[in-house]
Amino acid sequence: MRTMDSRQSANPALGAADGGPIGPSGPLRYVRVMAVFARNSLVRDMTFRVNFLINVASSISWVLMNLGFYLLIFRFAPSIGASTGWEQWPFFAFLATGLLINSTVHALFMVNADELSELIRTGNLDFVLLRPIDTQFMVSLSRIDWSALGNFCVGLILLATALVRMNYLPSFLECALYVFFLVCGVAIYYSLMIALAASSVWLGRNLSLLDFWFYITTFARYPMEIYQGRFGAPLRAAFTWVIPVLVVVNVPARLLVQSVRPSSASDWFLAAFAVAAAIASLAASRIIFQIALRAYRSSGS
Amino acid sequence: MSPAAAWTIIRISIAERLIYRGDFALGTLMRFLPIVTQVFLWAAVFSALDAAGRPAEVAGFSYREMIAYYLLTMVARAFSSMPGLASGIARDIRSGAVNKYLIQPVDMLHYLLLHRIAHKLVYYSVALGPFALVFLLCRGFFPGWPDPETLCVFAASLVMAFLLGFFLESALGMIGFWFLEVSSLLFVYMLFAFFFSGHMFPIDMLPAGVATVVRLLPLQYLAYFPAAVFLGKVSGPELWQSLAVEAAWIVFFAFAGRIAFRRGVRRYGGYGG
Repeated sequence: MRTMDSRQSANPALGAADGGPIGPSGPLRYVRVMAVFARNSLVRDMTFRVNFLINVASSISWVLMNLGFYLLIFRFAPSIGASTGWEQWPFFAFLATGLLINSTVHALFMVNADELSELIRTGNLDFVLLRPIDTQFMVSLSRIDWSALGNFCVGLILLATALVRMNYLPSFLECALYVFFLVCGVAIYYSLMIALAASSVWLGRNLSLLDFWFYITTFARYPMEIYQGRFGAPLRAAFTWVIPVLVVVNVPARLLVQSVRPSSASDWFLAAFAVAAAIASLAASRIIFQIALRAYRSSGS
Repeated sequence: MSPAAAWTIIRISIAERLIYRGDFALGTLMRFLPIVTQVFLWAAVFSALDAAGRPAEVAGFSYREMIAYYLLTMVARAFSSMPGLASGIARDIRSGAVNKYLIQPVDMLHYLLLHRIAHKLVYYSVALGPFALVFLLCRGFFPGWPDPETLCVFAASLVMAFLLGFFLESALGMIGFWFLEVSSLLFVYMLFAFFFSGHMFPIDMLPAGVATVVRLLPLQYLAYFPAAVFLGKVSGPELWQSLAVEAAWIVFFAFAGRIAFRRGVRRYGGYGG
């Protein structure tokens, strides 16, 4: 049923982009299609307004419960890790950064990635392949979950509160860099998600894929300093250099927190690496997606 | 219900549960991954305490006890969690699938209980491997085996956690007779259960006032209590008193569910099905 709905909501989008005799071409066309996707999703969300509000409220209360847990921890401990600089408000700025990235990924891609394995299983991907538009673009963005923006707002408020409590006003350059690294983080998360979802071409039915994404990104929810020792160090290396989820939140969060801001050459190297990792992940996910499409056999329908 | 009928229900439910074995086993193992981050988070918290020259304990828990606590709540949740029970009942009421219990000589609550026992049995047979592996790897966090009496109470608290979880959630599902859409209500319950059952952290960490209220709720028996018993945090007369209170909650929810079902069926429309 859900695949049907998404196709119906996507249809007018393509009509608008292709319909005219001299429709726009190139990147502008994608921007326009994207805008129509966003508008259609909003119309759909607003059709079931109470449901929308309940979704917003429940995801916000989930976040607040988590914040409650960390508040409890700081009742007992001065910081997360000895002399790491992650005291309460720096850590809350970290959490806010994670919240901004996660809610963006959730709003733009989560529903779509969830649906991709279903499109593959039912054979409905055929209808997407027929569209005169890039398949990965269409599959990744056709449905936007506006209710996830509730948590985005919570992230902004939390970040502002943390900055006020730390008594720190970031410069314009720092803000711009912060936003830039947020985008890099979103790109890394997206690549991992779409690659996992696309691999359901080979697995047929696999409900655990998005769970897998969730479990991997759990490691990115804390400052990377906590992964220490015999087991922690290899874990930290693997999730930094092989599957670069640890740089997603850590790199931008450090820019705004004075006690942990990048100071050494290796810190800045990590930031540069985050940019490279974002580009490489996007490229890798593109390749995996293309190979997956070639393996797609249009079962059923 | 005759024993033969009960056995048939159990057999069918077991077969049904084994359809997607691979997905199931993988899912069980992956559920331990968040524990890994908890281990590191708490290690960081305790190292900060150490550096600040404070005693190495949080709400009476040492680092080892804290990790052991999280592992033990996973065992407790393996007994008490009832995925899809309340929402399944509400869905059956809405879709008219309750009809089949009304025209067949099978009681709905009995059927659901047997069905759930079968699913749990399959779950334990599959999950035993991953659980044994994780506990073997983490044996260093445990202070050793508790005495036989504590062990018996621990086992009893697990079985009672299953019963409490079942009757509590089935009673919640019966609300579906009065309200068509209960998913948001169930979400609120799930949220509270996660926070106040001790699944997220030991409830001793809560500020005194809140902790007093939370100790009056039945939720703590779903995760906190079995783990606290194993770690020797509850002992003496308090132990037996808590077990008695838990038993009273089980009886209360069993009756509440039964009464709600009787009254609900009278209101029930039975469309579709």
